[in-house]
Formats: sequence, structure tokens, C-alpha cells
Amino acid sequence: MIAAMDSDALRMVLALALPLAGAVGIWVTGRWANLREGVTLVTAGLLLLTVLSLLPAVLAGARPEWVFAEPIPGIAIALRLEPLGMLFAAVASLLWPINSVYSIGYMRGNAEQHQTRFYVFFAIALFATMGVAFSANLFTLFLFYEILTLSTYPLVTHKGNDAARAGGRVYLGILIATSIGLLLPAVIWTQAIAGSTEFIPGGLLANIAPALPPVVVGLLFFLFMYGIGKAALMPMHRWLPAAMVAPTPVSALLHAVAVVKAGVFSVVKVIVFTFGIETLQGVAAAQWLLYIAAFTIILGSLIALRQDNLKRRLAYSTVSQLSYVVLGAAILAPLSVVGAALHIAAHAFGKITLFFAAGAIYTAAHKTEVSQLRGIGWRMPWTMTAFAIGSLSMIGVPPAAGFISKWYILAGALETGQLLAVGVVVLSTLLNAAYFAPIVFSAFARPADDDPADHGEAPLPIVIALTATAALTVLLFLFHQVPLELADQLVGRSAPAAG
Amino acid sequence: MILDNLPALLVVLPLLGAPLCLLLSRGRPAWVVATLIAWTVLAISIVLLWQVRAGGVLHYAFGDWEPPWGIDYVVDRLAAYVLLIVSAIGAVVLPYSWRSVSREIPARLHAIFYTLLLLCLAGLLGIVITGDAFNLFVLLEISSLSTYALISLGRNRRALTSSYQYLIMGTIGATFYIIGVGLLYMLTGTLNMADIAARIASMEGSSTLHTAFAFIVVGLALKLAMFPLHLWLPNAYAFAPSVVTAFLAATATKVALYAMIRFVYTVFGPAFTFGEMHVQLLVLPLAAAGVFIGSVVAAFQHGIKRMLAYSSVAQIGYMLLGIGAMSVTGLTAALLHLFNHALMKGALFLAVGALVYRIGGSRLHEIAGAARDMPWTMAAFVLGGLSLIGVPGTVGFISKWYLIQAALENGWWPVVVLVLVTSLVAVVYIWRVVETAYFAERPADAPPVSEAPLVLLLPTWVLVGANLYFGIATGLTVGLATDIAVGLYAGGVAP
Repeated sequence: MIAAMDSDALRMVLALALPLAGAVGIWVTGRWANLREGVTLVTAGLLLLTVLSLLPAVLAGARPEWVFAEPIPGIAIALRLEPLGMLFAAVASLLWPINSVYSIGYMRGNAEQHQTRFYVFFAIALFATMGVAFSANLFTLFLFYEILTLSTYPLVTHKGNDAARAGGRVYLGILIATSIGLLLPAVIWTQAIAGSTEFIPGGLLANIAPALPPVVVGLLFFLFMYGIGKAALMPMHRWLPAAMVAPTPVSALLHAVAVVKAGVFSVVKVIVFTFGIETLQGVAAAQWLLYIAAFTIILGSLIALRQDNLKRRLAYSTVSQLSYVVLGAAILAPLSVVGAALHIAAHAFGKITLFFAAGAIYTAAHKTEVSQLRGIGWRMPWTMTAFAIGSLSMIGVPPAAGFISKWYILAGALETGQLLAVGVVVLSTLLNAAYFAPIVFSAFARPADDDPADHGEAPLPIVIALTATAALTVLLFLFHQVPLELADQLVGRSAPAAG
Repeated sequence: MILDNLPALLVVLPLLGAPLCLLLSRGRPAWVVATLIAWTVLAISIVLLWQVRAGGVLHYAFGDWEPPWGIDYVVDRLAAYVLLIVSAIGAVVLPYSWRSVSREIPARLHAIFYTLLLLCLAGLLGIVITGDAFNLFVLLEISSLSTYALISLGRNRRALTSSYQYLIMGTIGATFYIIGVGLLYMLTGTLNMADIAARIASMEGSSTLHTAFAFIVVGLALKLAMFPLHLWLPNAYAFAPSVVTAFLAATATKVALYAMIRFVYTVFGPAFTFGEMHVQLLVLPLAAAGVFIGSVVAAFQHGIKRMLAYSSVAQIGYMLLGIGAMSVTGLTAALLHLFNHALMKGALFLAVGALVYRIGGSRLHEIAGAARDMPWTMAAFVLGGLSLIGVPGTVGFISKWYLIQAALENGWWPVVVLVLVTSLVAVVYIWRVVETAYFAERPADAPPVSEAPLVLLLPTWVLVGANLYFGIATGLTVGLATDIAVGLYAGGVAP
């Protein structure tokens, strides 16, 4: 089997093997902290190079495949690279090295315990993320989805105190209950209906769904959408704020990027590849998703507005922003699906910047509440400038990446005449401004409460990391051609150059 | 020459090893003999499976007395499949037993312990391999009597009452079985299973036949702890020595289930069982109740062994649901879960045994915070628990997938919901242990503990590894189970 593999497939497999090998390496070198961190950084760097090296092939239309095993006849653990997965993998692997630099600064700066365990599970979580991104069928997606849940549990509960245990219980409870209770039957049901769980452009069920009773399609759709609890559709969003007990690098990478994005990625994947956009357009029982997404966007923002704890405010902002992706997919217009795909990347860069900034503030000043941040901008200029850029991306104004994705979602909504969606996006933009702008404003324009000499900027690795992600947020606005091309290929708006 | 006699050696070796252990009278040599025999038996099982894998059947006539007069040992794929899992568990548990037993059982009883364990192994293997209904009863009694004695060796004095309880229930079960066999003998004049099957196939359904069927099924249901006949099981598992619990949980109920499948499918035939006796109407509700009640009760236990015991009641319910589904997929699910559940419960009980070895008990408050000092033991428990829950990548997922498929094929939505809900209940009871072991503080008065010794960890991790391996590389299990199920349903279900 290995002999028959072309070099693209080989590199795709390498992208899964690297983090796993990294986890072993980190564990073995756990006794020597510097060496251990070296292993993390080298692995993360190699993974980034591997994933980026796949990009030209995907743009040119290659879809490498690899079958690992077939545990149940007809149902394989298999990988296949396609544009959306490429985009997701690129975002995750781009942010891992940056996050590792940040983690080193944060974990050492706060003298956290059990750092080896932390980095090991972090690498395993990245392995699972790559697996989700490259899954060739629902079964494989489900497998890696569960590995991601389980491998992040020790990260969420890292502190090991009662708060961590309670947060971990909600985290695991909701994610496992939805995935086993709803997603698993949905996958098995799909297998029973279609005889396969393969991701097929145009939709696995495209030819089958019209013959089924609408109730069945609607119910199956419901099982999928709520089964993917990581997408945090209300009322399944409770795990996200609960998981904020984790150390900030975990919140940053996993709960702004890997875990939640694995959720919305799966949502888009199921809508585009399992049902097919055109199939769902004809199913009245699938329209509710639009309303739920709209509801989650608005309510998430309203709750965020009332949070004083910075990380909780960011968490509810994430709940709200994730539903942009779901909304984009639920509009069922090719343009808005492009917007949804782009928002996966745009929100990742913006939100990780915001989390980094929150962690920087905690490390340097030990402040966790929004109301404590008056005048902090002049003491931590790098951090708060980055925070401002991240906020702009959340609100969706130039020159930040959030603008691009919102633009496409709006364009798709207008094209199909979904005025409700347009209204929601506009209203939510105002709400986003309402809860981010005051933080930036008071950080720079208000006088500080206490002695300005007691702290300065955060440790250097942290500053480097958050500056990098803020820069990426702006760069993605300026150079969005590659992600756009990937997203276009996803919905078939542009044919691959070679194909 | 030796190759021809393998079916007999499989039972004779442990049977002869038992008195040898008793004669050696000291623990360590007895343990060495028992371990060597267990490994040999595993090797024989592998060879037998290899010989019949393509669908052939091996016959061995004891003393060259031709069947149906003499005792006929029959190895088909079903038998070889169950022999493999039983002997594999034996081969894993025995190396583990030395350290664990020397902690839990007084030294003067060690030789007796290994004697009993070998007798039990011989009995269980014999039940699987024999093709004679009366011989099955004899071997059932050999394994049962040695089991009662093994359970009574537990440290806690309540082990004696548990053993007595099991003795009463088990004897009723065996008596029911032999009454059923007696009625069949009246009817057909033969004790050879294949012969009985051939004769009753051409017979009109009589009330004698119906009564025989009822006695045999109820008797075996008692032995396999079908709800509500499971009452002996929680106490027996909770108070037996750790090794015994692991061995029994992984083998005894499985072998009883095998005997049930043997009678239901090859002696009486699916057409008679489901079409004339409508046994599914009885089995399905009881299995469903067992699954639900077993799971929920498990979530309220304070002792881990007792918790896992109630979980076993639920898992047996899954297997019976598969049989009750009356389809090839359902039976495949039951056979897969028979194999897979042995792996997961074996791994879990061995991990618990390692906890008992270091801490002295396995109640929740005793193991609080143990994960910090015993990371490998607890990691094994977590992985075994994930398999029990049915997380993909583990064996538990494979069997649940087939079970849900079987339910979907029949359009049984409530069963799908039941399986999923009880999987979530499994998350609850496994995670109670995980949270206690990982997050709680060690009790203030608890002596410091260290990681379990390698001889305990290695067998545990072998089974954990098997849980993961057979969760992905399922060629052996799924392939065999499907072939067996297709073969057993060859006659069809319709009367």
C-alpha cells in the first residue's frame, strides 16, 4: 500500500504522523524542559512546512487519498485532501508554532505544573485536528472528532482543582453526549440509507434524499447539526464558557481554533459533502438551522456584552462568531458558503490574538476582569494594539480579515434574498462593536487606577506570538487570494487549474 | 499424531495439570505449571482456529467410540472463536496471578488456588469444544464447582456468602439444564448434539420438546446472568479475589452464552427457537431491561468491582439483544461483543486488581487521587473504560456499531436509543472513577503508594492493546463473527 502512494498522499499522512511522533518525543524528553520545548517547536515547524507543501497540489486540483484500515467491511478509516480541509489544516498548523512560542512563555511565566503532560496532549490534539481536516468519510471524521474531545479533556482540566473538574465535566458531558447521542446515530443512519459515509462533492445524499420523506431528511439533518456539539449551536454552547478554566494557550488554540473550528468545519463538510447545498435548498425541514444560527449570533453577543470576565466575554463572542460560519452554510448560497469557509480562517486569527492578549494581561498584571483594564494600553502597548486589531476583525471592518468573510456571507444572503440573515449580520456587527470597542477605548483613553510602575509588557515569547497573529489578521485581509481560491473550489465556483 | 489429538489435549492438559498443582503443594511451582499449561492451551487454540478458519469442522471421537455413542469433540469456527478468547484470557491472567494472589490469598492455599483455576479453565474449554449434551453438563459442573471454591477464597468474609449464593443459583441452573437434556434424551434417545438436532428436525413440535427447550434455555440463562437471573453476579464479582474476578468476568458468562447459542442455533435451530417458541418475545424485553437497569445501577455503586459487575449485566443484555434481533447482523453483533467484552472487562478488572494490590481496596474513596502515584494503572483503566463506552478506535465501538445496525435493520428505534443512552450512562460511571482517581486528594490517613509492579502492568496492557488493536484491525473478529452468523442462520428464521 505504501509503495502505491504518491508523494502528496505521503505528505498528507506525514501531517498526521508528525504531531503523533512529536507527542512521543515530548514525553521522552520530558525531563529536560528546554529539549522538550525544542521538540514541540521543531514538530510544529515541520508540520507547517508539510501542510504548506500540499497547498500547490490542492490548488492544482490534486485530491490525494489514503486508506489506513477497514474496521467494518465497507467502512474505512481513510484520508482525502480537499480544499476546505486544506484550509482548515493550514490555519491550524500555521497557528501551532506561534501558539507553542506563546505556551512556553505562558506556562513558564505562570509556573504551571505538569508541563510535559500539557505539551503531550497538545500534540495529540493537533494530530486529531489534522485527522478531522483530512477525513475522507463521516466515520473517520467521527473517530478523530472523539479523539479531539478526549485529548483536550486533560488540557481543559489542567489545573486539577475543583473548578477545573466542574468545567471538565460540562465540557466532556456536552461534547460526548451530543456526539454519541446524536452524531453517531446520524452517521450510522447515513450508512444505512446511502450504504456509505463517503464525502462526495455535490453531496452523498444528493440523489437519495429527494426520494426520502422530508421528515427523515429533516431529522437526520437535525441529528447532524446538534450532534456536532463543537459548533456550539445554542443550546449546546455551554461547554465553551465552561472550558475557559483551561490555561490560556489551551483556550487560544483549542477553543478559538482547533476544537470549535473542527465543529464548524464538520458542519460545513456535512452540509456541502453529505447533503449537498442544492439538496438542502429543496428541504423545508432544513430551514430552521438559519434561524437557530441567527439566534445564537445575537444571543451570544448579548451575553458577551454582560460579561466582566475577559475570557468569558471572549468565549461568548466565540459562540456568536461560530454561528456566522453555520449561518453562512445555512444560507445555502455558494457565495455565503465561501464566506463560511473564509470565516473559519479569519475568526481563527482574530480570536487567537484576543486570547493571547487576555493571557498576556493575566501573566503580566494578573488581571482577569474587563473593568480592571483601564489605562493598561500604555503599559502593554504591543498587547493592546494586537487586541485592537483582533477586535476589528471580530467586528468585521477593514483592515482586518473578518471583513472579507462577512462580505461574502452578506453577498450570499443578498443574492438569495435572505433579508433576515442580512439584518442579523448588521445587528451583530453593532453588538460586536459594543462589547469590544469599550475595552480598547478604556485601555488607552482612561487613566489607570493603580500605580503604573507595578507591571510592564508581558514576557517576550508572548509578545512575539500575539504580534504575529495580529499581523496575520491584517495580512489575511490583504492577501486572501489563496484561501478564497480554496473556498471557491469547495463550492465549484472555480475549477482547479489542472482539472 | 499430536496434531490429531489437539482437541482432546485442550481439555486434558489443564485437567491433568490440576492434580499436579495439588501434588506440588507449594505456590510457586504450581503457578509455573499452571502458566505453562495456559500458554500451551492458547497455542493449541490458535492452531485449531487456523485449521478450521476456512469453514472445516474437526471431530475427535474419545476412545475411538464413534459418535453418537461415544463422546464427540467438535471444533467448528464458532467453537474455535470462543476457545481462542477463553484461552487467551487464561494465558494473560495466569502470569498476572502470582503477585496478586500472594497478596490476597494466604500462602497455604496457593497450590489449591492454581488447581482450581486450571479445573475451571478445563471446564470452560470443555463446554465449548464438546459435542455431547451430557458431557457439557459434566464440564459445566467442573467449572462451576471450581468457581464456587475460587470465589470463596476472597479475603472478605462476605466472599463465603457470595459463593454460597452463587452455588445455590448455579446449581438450580445446572439442574434445569440437565432436566432439559433428560427430556431430550427421552424424546430422541441420544445425547450427541448433532444427532439430537437431526432427530428433532424431523419431529413434530411436542410439549416434551417445548419443555426441554424451556428448561435448557432458562438453566443457561441463569449461568450467563441474564436479567433478572443475574442476582448472584454482583456479589460474586465484588468479593472474589481480583484475579478470579477478571478471569470469570471475561470467560464464564461468555461460555454460558456460547452454550446458549449452541443450543438455540445448532441443536434446536433458529426456525424452531424464534418461529415456534417465540423466544425473542421473552429475551428482548428482559435484555433491554438488563441493559438499562444494569447501567443505571452501576452508576450508583461505590465499589469499582461491583460497579463493573453491574456493567457486565448490561453488557450481557447487549449480547442478548443481538440474539433477539433474529438476524445475521444481530448475531454478528452478539458474537463480536462476546469477544470484545471479554477484552474490555478483562483489562478493566486487571487494572482494578493492580489498584487492589497497592492500595488494598477498590472502593471509590480508597482510590481517590491514586492516578498521581499509579499513572500506568489508571491509564489502562481509562482506555478500558473508553472501550466499554464504545469510543471509536476501540473494540467497544465495533460491537455497538453492529448492534445499532441490527436494530436499524429491524426498524427498532427504541433499541437504538437504548444503546446510545446506556453508552452515555457508561460515560457517567467510568468518569466517576476517573474524576476520583485524577482530581480528588489522597485520603489523609492513606499510606503512600507506588506504581503497580511490571508483572501486573504487562498483562493489563496486553489486554488494553488488544482493545485498541481489534478496534481497528478487525479482520479476525468481524470476519469470523460474520461467517459464523451466516452459517448459523443458513436454515433461515421462518418456521
